[in-house]
Amino acid sequence: MNIKEWIFTTDHKRVGILYLIGSIAAFVVAGIMAGLMRAELSAIGPTVTANPTTYNVWLYAHGAIMILGFQIPALTGFFANYCIPLMIGAKDVAFPRVNALSVWLFYVGVILALLTFVIPDPPDVLWTGYPPYSTITTGNTAFYTFTVLTLGFASIIGGVNFLTTVVYMRAPGITWNKLNIFVWCILGAFVMQLIFVPVLGSAVTLISFDKYLGTHFFDPANGGDVLTYQNLFWFYSHPAVYVIFLPYIGVVFEIVATFAKNHVFNYKAAVYGGVGGIVLISGEVWIHHLYVSGMPDWLRIGQMVSTLMISVPVGLLVISLVGTLYKGAISFETPMLYALGVVFLFLIGGLTGIPLAVTALTLNLSETYYVVGHFHYVMAVAGTFAIFGGVYYWFPKMTGKMYSEFWGKTGFWVTFVGVNAVFWVMMDIGVKIGLPRRYYDYAQFPEALQSQQIMSMGAAVIAVGAAITILNWIIGAIQGPKAGNNPWGSQSFEWTTVSPPPHGNWPSPPSAAESWNPYAYGKR
Amino acid sequence: MHKQRRLPGCRTGAVWLGGLASWLMASMVQAGEKLHDPARGWDHLWNEVLVDITVIGIVFAIIAAYFVIRYRRTSPGQQGSATGLSAAAAVAWVVIPGFVFLADDLYIAAQGWSLWNTYRDVPADRLEVTLESGMYSWDYTYANGVRTQNELIVPAGKPVMLKMHSRDTIHSHYLPDFRVKEDSMPGRVTYLWFLPKEAGKEHLVTCTEYCGVMHSYMAGKVIVKTEAEFKTWLDQETAKLGNKAKMT
Ligand SMILES: [Cu+2]
Ligand SMILES: [Cu+2]
Repeated sequence: MNIKEWIFTTDHKRVGILYLIGSIAAFVVAGIMAGLMRAELSAIGPTVTANPTTYNVWLYAHGAIMILGFQIPALTGFFANYCIPLMIGAKDVAFPRVNALSVWLFYVGVILALLTFVIPDPPDVLWTGYPPYSTITTGNTAFYTFTVLTLGFASIIGGVNFLTTVVYMRAPGITWNKLNIFVWCILGAFVMQLIFVPVLGSAVTLISFDKYLGTHFFDPANGGDVLTYQNLFWFYSHPAVYVIFLPYIGVVFEIVATFAKNHVFNYKAAVYGGVGGIVLISGEVWIHHLYVSGMPDWLRIGQMVSTLMISVPVGLLVISLVGTLYKGAISFETPMLYALGVVFLFLIGGLTGIPLAVTALTLNLSETYYVVGHFHYVMAVAGTFAIFGGVYYWFPKMTGKMYSEFWGKTGFWVTFVGVNAVFWVMMDIGVKIGLPRRYYDYAQFPEALQSQQIMSMGAAVIAVGAAITILNWIIGAIQGPKAGNNPWGSQSFEWTTVSPPPHGNWPSPPSAAESWNPYAYGKR
Repeated sequence: MHKQRRLPGCRTGAVWLGGLASWLMASMVQAGEKLHDPARGWDHLWNEVLVDITVIGIVFAIIAAYFVIRYRRTSPGQQGSATGLSAAAAVAWVVIPGFVFLADDLYIAAQGWSLWNTYRDVPADRLEVTLESGMYSWDYTYANGVRTQNELIVPAGKPVMLKMHSRDTIHSHYLPDFRVKEDSMPGRVTYLWFLPKEAGKEHLVTCTEYCGVMHSYMAGKVIVKTEAEFKTWLDQETAKLGNKAKMT
């Protein structure tokens, strides 16, 4: 294997694998940050560090790197790159060189984020970067701005590329209503990225203008308004939740259909109602992040209704997903365990979001551990389980080899126990005593000690589970047994070529038969 | 054989929708009369929503678990046996669940709106106090100019309204016992109110918007006195204020 070939590659599969390697590295770094925080919180008072700023830098790095360096690049970088051309029978993406640019921009962004640990005045503005704090802190807010801009730009050019690819490069016979659900989910996610990322870009740029160039966009003493930033920020960052949610639920659909050997239940409802509905509503719910920020009353009530209505498209997706199990022939290899794990975690995470949609309930719940527990269930943990499951599912396709089922399942169960120990307890303590998030020390809440210690132990369990999983991939990729071209017996188009697929994917341009469908199992 | 075009559930649906709407109105009026204390209203609505989401969660979990057990693969090479949906069934599987979810959403929204109004309509017989937050203290000013820091002293049984702003970064004045918080920030005045009940009690005040390095130490308390004790205290403080004014 030639390093130069990888650096100058324009092959979508290699670009995808580069995204995967970078995002897993980011996951490890951000996970270590979580571990440091859990260690700090395992006792009241200073534990690991006596400096609250150090803790805040961990907190910043954990959030920013997990979201911008791990989940979004793994889902819209790795899975989209690797799977979409294969799923639609294309030889590559529409603009392979632009694609290579996007992955290297992503690496620049990750390196900028990692510089947090070596520069003397690291950013301490959390992943939200709210002014006035971000404009008056001695921390280096410019790093925050440039990290977000770089990763955002990488994502936008990815979006242009994939929309073009799916519209123009489908093989003959692969029509819109025969696209994999995952492809639809990626289309939805990138439509949202293209609409909303520029808004985030302007928000974080204006902060650095205020801080370094002396402008007053967010300075009320000079005619600015601090809340403008929060509106712009969440106008992107709530849809960002769906930019993560859609691809991960898409991955889960692929796994569930393959391991249940069944049609997707009510495909059109999932695609047009579920994916389409989420894209439509995604831009009208951001105020639920500003329920306690002094927005006008009518706006807080209006967006309570729109936020609750998200349950309709999400409910349609869940019905399709659970319905796909009906009359299936289900087997339980590692990818399927993860997919079913996502269903469980998402049920808890999604339903605990309903109280947070209700403005009046949020007056008590917001900014507590309840919120943190909720969004870890619904986005962080469910999303990560989908990523892990997806990597296992396409592992034989990428490497031509098989991982160890035993260690795959062991890693799943260990992680599953760990995440529930952490995040269930987190929601519980948040609602019981109102323990606030982003606290370096909780001396005011001594009754939280026991819960904090359970969470810290749970975090250690997660670390063991994640280590087993990542090692299982590395060892499987090096010395796993040969897997064959289609070990799961999937009908989806990516399994019709050899594993791993050659440059160009198929020896000659493929086409899909009239009877072909990615979910054509059993009798028709 | 031909498929029936009209959906049989249409008229029944309209009847249901009408019934639902009137029931919502009724429950809103009822809820509005019941709740004069936002904290009690919060506990009530939280419990109700908790039951709602628990039931939905258990229903979905049981169905999924049943499918997983019932339809596990028994021989290698076995395929699923689900048949495609007819057009009518496909539409019904969107309309009916969509209607149920939407009904639940609107029911919760109506309850939430009613409680919201309790939170935002401050009773007229209130004690108004101005709060200025800063890195890192809560500074309260009473109507007659008496000031306290990190200690909000209030009489039992009287609604307390805080009019808030910040002199630096954004803070959030959170009263976990009273189930309420609201951000304070430069350039805007925000408000919240709560109803202290028991004299002799102290309640935690804590900050829930990241405001700087010492954020997690930004604590205070609400001290509840009897009406008489409160008056004595306020008179004493007012007198001190007067003396100071005379001296200068
Ligand atoms: Cu949100
Ligand atoms: Cu604070």
